[in-house]
Amino acid sequence: MSMSADSRSQSLLSQRLRRNRLVLTSSVLITAFALFWLAWILLATFTRGFAALTPSLFLRNTPAPGDAGGLLNAFAGSLVMVGLGTLMGTPVGILAGIFLGEFGKGSKVASTVRFFNDILLSTPSIIVGLFIYALVVVPMGGFSGLAGSFTLAILLLPIVLRTTDEMLRLVPSQTREAALALGAPYWMVILKVTLRAASSGIVTGVLLAIARISGETAPLLFTALNNQFWSLNLGKPMANLPVVVFQFAMSPYQGWQQLAWAGALIAMLAVLLTGILTRIIFAPRKP
Amino acid sequence: MPTQAPGHASGPSSQRYDRPFRQLTQVTAVLVLVMLVAIAVSLLWQGWPAFRQFGFGFLVSNDWDPVADRYGALSPIYGTLLSSLIALLIAVPVSLGIAVFITELAPPWLKRPVSTAIEMLAGIPSVIFGMWGLFIFAPAFAGLEPWLTSHLGPIPGLGLLFQGPPMGIGVLSASFILSIMIVPFISSIMREVFLLTPPMLKESAYGLGATTWEVVWNVVLPYTKTAVVGGIFLGLGRALGETMAVTFVIGNAHQIAASLLAPGTSISAVLANEFSEATTPMYRSSLLALGFILFVITFAVLVLAKVMLLRLQNSEGQ
Repeated sequence: MSMSADSRSQSLLSQRLRRNRLVLTSSVLITAFALFWLAWILLATFTRGFAALTPSLFLRNTPAPGDAGGLLNAFAGSLVMVGLGTLMGTPVGILAGIFLGEFGKGSKVASTVRFFNDILLSTPSIIVGLFIYALVVVPMGGFSGLAGSFTLAILLLPIVLRTTDEMLRLVPSQTREAALALGAPYWMVILKVTLRAASSGIVTGVLLAIARISGETAPLLFTALNNQFWSLNLGKPMANLPVVVFQFAMSPYQGWQQLAWAGALIAMLAVLLTGILTRIIFAPRKP
Repeated sequence: MPTQAPGHASGPSSQRYDRPFRQLTQVTAVLVLVMLVAIAVSLLWQGWPAFRQFGFGFLVSNDWDPVADRYGALSPIYGTLLSSLIALLIAVPVSLGIAVFITELAPPWLKRPVSTAIEMLAGIPSVIFGMWGLFIFAPAFAGLEPWLTSHLGPIPGLGLLFQGPPMGIGVLSASFILSIMIVPFISSIMREVFLLTPPMLKESAYGLGATTWEVVWNVVLPYTKTAVVGGIFLGLGRALGETMAVTFVIGNAHQIAASLLAPGTSISAVLANEFSEATTPMYRSSLLALGFILFVITFAVLVLAKVMLLRLQNSEGQ
């Protein structure tokens, strides 16, 4: 009797161990599988992008189908709109983040804003594009670089708000108390002491937000659209890298598709470099 | 604290600016709420003509005919929901595997590089996912589709999902690429909440002789259940609204086909493709009405996700 019970528990044990091994092996394989896709996407973008990389990419504007050309107007337009969007969105995000991080303790308003800010952060960017279309493009009577910048600002805002809030809450309250004890008013303590203590985290958040908005394509289709020519006029449609990559990649023309790959490579490099930059800035703070 | 110190009261370092400063920050913070309401109102406003013209039929009709200026949104809504659900079916087990690998299995020196690499997937602009999907993944997948059709096609019922010519683009390809895009979000949340499980609980289970998998399945997952589901919903929110990757590979056909290999469309793909061609006011209005529907769906999903994530955090705090 005890023999059979023993062997039964033996077989149960080996069954449990087998299942454990099976699951753990598959988790290793799954991770390898995910990394494989990352490697494939990176490799494809790099090989196809480098093959299409020429100096004229940065020197000439987007060509007509069949002609040679570059992406100069698209780079310029993206820089203008991302720059303007960052300039508009960052101060608002930081101010709102200050309210949440500094005045928000026990405040119903603050916790409500914190909740819905996360919703705004995850709202599809295409929705934000449609919103600006209804709010700016329709009244202004046409697509414009300004509308594109507004869109990017709204996409950047929740990211900056969230990091500012989180970083400010990490600043120890003794820091504030010490500054207040010296007689400084609270607004000055915030601007000169706590904000400064949280600055590397906030800068990281802003950089990550810039990386995200510089790759945004869909919302610009409804706001800035695209422009075949060199134009920095904010009241008119403006070329930008993501939309040009989208339109050229979807086109049947070989030359355009190649430019799209080159543009994709540049966009990818920008994202990777920003990632490395944020790690460098943030590294000394995290032991 | 005396606020009226003589000679100090009117200087820049006076406390008299405290209130206005606080009010300024409060106004900007409330702007976020105003913006969400404004998004809903403006999309509904712009889409109203379409809702009024077609009524409830807008949601249940599959008749999308720009020539006759008649619009029914069923096939994009169907495509959005279907592609996101299939993406979740793939992404959830994969994310769980990655989270288990990083939290329980990987040697310490490997944890950071692997999680950084997975997070890198989230940073790649979606237009690049789309290009890669169209030019590289779809041709490779087209080579696999005849195998799917011949092996899964004969199964009664299920086989209907795998019929049709192997084109590489279609609902299944779009779902697959969507799943790659949402894995980083779901797995990073799983990883974070797994680490919140009190070590004492896990160690007790190990002490009773439980295997690693039994600890994950019977201790960690039950403890973090709501937050894990919240993370999955957050991934679903991403998938529902993802535009570029889907637009490139879903095939952009206003149809509801039984086969997953057939082309379809999604709300975001319709918007991205047809917006600049929409010349009549009713066409534009229908597209904005589609946008409103997408906003309502994602908003509901995201609120659910947030509530579930907060529940674990709150119980953590007590």
